[in-house]
Amino acid sequence: MDLKEIIKPENLVYKRTECLTDKTLSYCPGCGHGTVHRLVMETVDELGIQSDVIGVASVGCSVLAYDFMDIDMTQSPHGRATAVATGIKRCWPDKFVFTYQGDGDLAAIGTGETIHACNRGENITIIFINNGIYGMTGGQMAPTTLLGMKSSTTPYGREVELMGNPIKITELVAQLAGTYFVSRQSVHTPGNVRKAKKAIKTAFENQKLKKGLSLVEIVSNCNSGWKMTPVESNKWMEENMFPFYPLGDIKVEGQLVQK
Amino acid sequence: MAKLKGAVVVDVERCKGCELCIVTCPQKVLANKAAKVNSKGYHYVYMENPDDCTGCTNCAVVCPDGVLTVYRIKI
Repeated sequence: MDLKEIIKPENLVYKRTECLTDKTLSYCPGCGHGTVHRLVMETVDELGIQSDVIGVASVGCSVLAYDFMDIDMTQSPHGRATAVATGIKRCWPDKFVFTYQGDGDLAAIGTGETIHACNRGENITIIFINNGIYGMTGGQMAPTTLLGMKSSTTPYGREVELMGNPIKITELVAQLAGTYFVSRQSVHTPGNVRKAKKAIKTAFENQKLKKGLSLVEIVSNCNSGWKMTPVESNKWMEENMFPFYPLGDIKVEGQLVQK
Repeated sequence: MAKLKGAVVVDVERCKGCELCIVTCPQKVLANKAAKVNSKGYHYVYMENPDDCTGCTNCAVVCPDGVLTVYRIKI
């Protein structure tokens, strides 16, 4: 059968969502950011809330997220995305408000804002991309960098005596009474992408319930920062990141998941 | 049993040649080893074995840049 017979509008099974702009993503080849951008926008598309959603971009590689997402967006100073989102949500309680933050933004300079927004139980959604490194500035050590992991500021690997332990911010905020849904996912295989999308959809739908904050952490690769090819970095992530950052739901409907 | 036939359309200019779709494809349909590059110099992906494609959409689901559009037909 000729390909031209298959490529017809009635046979279409998958295309890029129209909630993304036509601009080419500024991320490195193989970066998980692009996939998560698409998942968030597919969720917005499926829920039919394109005109009712407000995003807050952070500082980091995702600083230009407003260029790629065809929705109302703003951009906050470093780490302050949850504080800005709190203000927006309190002015417009019926809008869907989400922040899109990396680990350098959410888990380092924004720790205070993040923990207090979670503790207050703001009805917002946080999409948290954890690649264990400061990606945009050149691969420096982040609070989430694993022990022994090499970065440009820890060329011999992170040592606990000198740099302390990595922080599991997602487990930390799951302990707070204000969070309603906390989950950790990844986007490196088709199965994981579909699970991550389900989690992101749940996190957006929870805003209607007004029962607290939903946070979805995506463990992602940073192949440029880790100095690997995209395929190698995904393998490295499976072998090294997942034992420390195990995937799965951590808190569902306000109750911690027992493991 | 009905057989599924698929086809993948590549947005050549958006492709960054990261190869994530190539390792994901269960049928080994995709490749980017041709000498051709797009205007940014990336070796873009193309269908090497179009007859094997089942239109499972796995390649498009993992593509970070939304390069791939998938069509499927039952024959």
